[in-house]
Parts: sequence; structure tokens; C-alpha cells
Amino acid sequence: MNKPFVVPVNPDSACQPPSTRDFLLDRIFRGLARVGVILILALVFALVFEVGRKALPGMEKHGLDVITGSVWDVNQNQYGILPAIWGTLYSALIALLIAGFFGVSMAIFLTQDFLPARVAAVFRTIVELLAAIPSVVYGLWGIYVVIPTIRPLTDWFHTELGWIPFFGTSLSGPGLLPASLVLAIMILPTIAAVSQDALSAVPMKTKQAAYGMGTTHWEAILKVMVPSALTGIFGSLVLGLGRALGETMALAMLVGNANQISLSLFAPANTLAALLALNFPEAGPNEIEVLMYAALILMLITLVVNVIGSLIMAYAQRGAKG
Amino acid sequence: MKSFMKTAALAATLSLCANSTVFAEESVRLTGSGASFPAPIYLTWFKDFSKQTAGVTVDYQSKGSGAGVQDFLNNTVDFAASDSAMKEEDMAKVAEGVQLLPMTAGEIVLAFNLPGAPKELKLPRDVYSNIFLGKITQWNDAALVAANPDMQLPDLPITVVVRADSSGTTAVFTKHLAAINPEFNSTLGEGNTVNWPATDKFIKSPKNDGVTATVRQTPGAIGYIEYGFAKLAKVDFAQLQNKAGNYVVPNAESGAEALAAVKMPENLVAWLPDPDGAKSYPITSYTWMIFRKHNESPAKAKAMREMVEYGLTEGQKIADSMGYIPLPQVVIDQVRKASANIQ
Repeated sequence: MNKPFVVPVNPDSACQPPSTRDFLLDRIFRGLARVGVILILALVFALVFEVGRKALPGMEKHGLDVITGSVWDVNQNQYGILPAIWGTLYSALIALLIAGFFGVSMAIFLTQDFLPARVAAVFRTIVELLAAIPSVVYGLWGIYVVIPTIRPLTDWFHTELGWIPFFGTSLSGPGLLPASLVLAIMILPTIAAVSQDALSAVPMKTKQAAYGMGTTHWEAILKVMVPSALTGIFGSLVLGLGRALGETMALAMLVGNANQISLSLFAPANTLAALLALNFPEAGPNEIEVLMYAALILMLITLVVNVIGSLIMAYAQRGAKG
Repeated sequence: MKSFMKTAALAATLSLCANSTVFAEESVRLTGSGASFPAPIYLTWFKDFSKQTAGVTVDYQSKGSGAGVQDFLNNTVDFAASDSAMKEEDMAKVAEGVQLLPMTAGEIVLAFNLPGAPKELKLPRDVYSNIFLGKITQWNDAALVAANPDMQLPDLPITVVVRADSSGTTAVFTKHLAAINPEFNSTLGEGNTVNWPATDKFIKSPKNDGVTATVRQTPGAIGYIEYGFAKLAKVDFAQLQNKAGNYVVPNAESGAEALAAVKMPENLVAWLPDPDGAKSYPITSYTWMIFRKHNESPAKAKAMREMVEYGLTEGQKIADSMGYIPLPQVVIDQVRKASANIQ
């Protein structure tokens, strides 16, 4: 006969087997965490399902014409969102280029011993404050400050370099460039903060080892620190891009909402989020179906962008390790 | 802070309601929603009316004419307000019957931004309609120069600013343009939103504020906004040529002239797409409140009749100062008579 296994208990020892209470707490916590995860997933599915359900009639009626069409005329029952898709991607990409460059530079500057730690902390807080400003304020700031400031510059570019398609039109006011600039400032805190965390997470020893090999300060940063933190930096860019794609109010005020596809940075454009925000309040039943359809496409774009971002990240990780 | 004050105000009204139940027989709460154009004057009326009348509170949500009519059809509000009246097919959906009452009127002005801020810009009919068709694109266009011989018009492209959101203002404005320009009628038509020409000189901004801000910040811009708003924001606006061929400044007098030029029909829905009269301002329009003819609660019906009466008497007195046009006396009498249909 096997004797049941008995843990020898020494009442004076700090080591104790888990009591019923510990056991229960553990179970409850695990259960709660699981419920939380399921709820979040359920929420996402419910959202996609609800939007998809309402979009379905629109998809059946208009099919792919909505995606390929470029005329939005409610009176003629014509709905095309190609210019909005184009504007969404174009503005987000420009914003990402600008904010990516400045955000990552800022992260390097604040983490790589250029500043005393306290001063760096102050700077970091200031950048993060940018995230607390409401979208509408950014929109107004764009109209009253950004547009008048960049106007002389854009006029010069248009008159001198107008043959380049990017400068093909003169800036009327709201347009792609002011929208992208403001968007860049809005996603800057996300990119800067996450990149900083990634850079600070690289072990001190790595840097010391690099110095030990005889690198200069900049060689250590560009050849050792940044590659080590690359995954995190990419992550910050994907997060920033996600926010740029979905940003609504500031863009509705700054992008010009014109349904046209133009390479020119100074021309008015449209974005999906702005289109949704501006047309929902007074949309009739026919229009709502198409707006839901457009919302679904916006979600799809965000998903695709995130998947591509994750793939790049995985690839970069493998590269860094291999 | 604002929302806090709203909550406080709500709490105050709620407790007021609770108190008045003790004294009055019953307390009545009316809810309405709709047009944003008359919202400032309506909100003032409702506030003063609620204060004067024990046991009655009126809530109005300014969410747009289309949304107001939608709420009315869904039975979520007691009354609605609309700049574009109500479609026949929508009226047919209301079993209780619909009574439309014009409560005030407004004008739409063309605000512009030109270097040196000239005050006396005159726009002939064919010129401003063609600007919004995208056919006249320069400020020194021959037609513009001919109409403004004393003015030094700059060599600037015209940036046209229109509403990005669906709006009763756009409906009234395009109705006028469609009436005076056959090409506008056949290509763009009229409606809460129309398919404006897709060029880089047509910019869409949300709401009256957005259009105003964009016009202000863009040299060479022109945009349509409500008169009350333009007056408040102190932007320059143009004199427009009316049907009689005269150039008219938008104000209460020229608006009243336009209203007087049209006879109000039985159903109280009068459109003035292009009013007659030598001094009439060309883009003038009534705005309506929409009621059910048969209401479930007689107390509510009574309160609504009182509310209309207040708007017709005290309400008209503040119209001018708020940038609206007081109704002509004939129309007031007609509306008062028709308000008896709200039972």
C-alpha cells in the first residue's frame, strides 16, 4: 500500500504549503483575469459584428463601387470612399514619417546621457502633456496657428517647385499638409514615450560593453542601443500609426474634406474618420448603411496596418537575434 | 465646468419641477430637437418661457433639421424644428397629423476675406452662383471687376468654403442658387448636402464656426454662413444682387422686405428661393417648428400652444438683436390661428 504523500510541516518555518485561502485567492484571481480577457475579446467581436450587420445592406446594394468610387453624392445615392481611403493612408503616413523621426530622436536624446536625469524627466513630462490636449484644441490651433505659419513657405514651394506633383497646388487653407503636421504632433507623445521605454529597457551592461569595445558615444547609440531596442521602437511606430488612422475631430477641421485624390501636399483631402464624424449626425437610412460600410473598412485598414507592423517587428526581432 | 453648470441647472430645474407639482396641478416637460440655425433664439425663448410659466419646462436639443424630423417620427420628442420644413412622405407617416409653424426667419450671407477688408463688395447673381459652381475662380475676374469698378480686386484665386456636415443652411442656400442659375440646378441641385465641385479650391469645414474660422484664415476665401453668426463673428459680408437687380445688404429690414414679398399659404410652408421686391435680400428663409395635431396629453398640448404664443409675442421682440428676422404681422396672425390645431 502506498502511503499518501504528506508534507512535513514545521510550524516555525517561514515555508508553508499554500493554505486553502491562498489556493482560493489564486483561483479567484485566475478566474477574474480570464473573464476580463473574454470580455475584451467579446467586446471587439460584438463591435465588429454590430457594425458589420448594419453595413451588410449597404454592401449588398453598392458592393465594391463604394471602395472604388470617388463621388459622394447623397442626393444621387452615389457613395464612393476611395478619396477618403487615400487621404487616410496618405495623411497617416506623412504624420508617421514626421513624428517617427522626431519621436525616436527625442527618445535617444532623453535616454542616452545627453541630459542630467532630472532634466530629462522634466522634458519627458512635457512631451507627455501633449497627449492630454483635446483633439478640438489641436484642430483650432491648426486653423489659427499652423496654417498661417506655413502659408508663406508653401507659397514659395508652389511657385518655385510647382512642377513636382507634391507641390502642384497652392495651399488654400485646410489641406493635407496642415492636417498631417498637427496629426504628427498628436502622435508624437505615443512614439516618444514608448521608444523611451524601449531604450531605457536595454541593460546598462550592453552599453558598457560597447564602450569597452572602444566605440564612440554615437557608435554605441546607433550600432548597439537602437538595434537592441528596435522591437520596442517599431511597436511605438505601429501604435502611433494606429492613432493617426483613427484621429477624427482635428482632421475634420483641418483636412478640407474634399473628395479628391491628389498627390499634392497642399490640396484639401478627406479621411474616413472625418467622413464618418461629419455625416453621421444627419444621415438617412441609406447613407447610414454606407457609413457603417466605411467604418468597417477603416477597421480593416487598422487591422491590416497592425498585422503588417507585427510582421515587421517579428522580422526585425529575428534579424536582431540571428 | 460647462457640464457641471449644466448638471447644476438640470438639478435646479428638476427640483423646481418637484416643487411646482406641489402648487400647480401637474408639471409638464416638453422636449424638442432639430435645427441648429434657430437654436440660439429658441433656447433663449424656452429659458424665459420656462421661467415665466410655472410647471412647464422646455428642453431643446440642437442636432440638425434632419435629426430633429427623425426624432419626431420616432416619437422621442414632443416637437421638432427644421429649416427645410418637412417632406410630404414624412408627414404621411405621422398618424396624429402634423402642424408646421414658421417661428422665425433668417438670412444667409456670403462672408469673404480680401486683403484690406473692403466693405462694399458687390456680387451680381450670375457671379456668386458661378463662384459656387467653380466657374469663376479668380477675384480679378472680368465680371467681378465690372460689378466693383471702384475696388482694387487682387489677383488671388477664390477659395470657396462650404459646409462639410449635412445642414439646413446648405439646403436653403442651394435652393436659392438652383432657382437663379439653371446650370446649378441641373448639375448640383439642392439639398442638405450637395456634391460640390472637386477641385483644390473647394474646402469643406464643419458647422458655421468651422466655415467662419476657415474664411477668416484664408486670404481670398468666400463662404456662406448665417447672418446672426456673421454678425456675432464680425466677418465682412457681401452685398448681393436681388431679383429686381439691386444690391442689398443683409439685415433685418432687407430680410423683412423679402418675407413681405411672399404670401403665406394655408399650410404655412412658404419658400422664398428668390423673393421679389426692390429691397429684398435674396437669400432669406423661414424656419419651422413641427407639432403633432393630436397629442396624448392635453396638458402638453396646452403648454405647447402657450410656448408658441410666447414665441410670437415676446419672442419676436428679441429676434432682430439676435440676428433673426421678426415675422410679419400677417404671418403672426396666421400662425396663432393655426396653433389652435395642436390639441
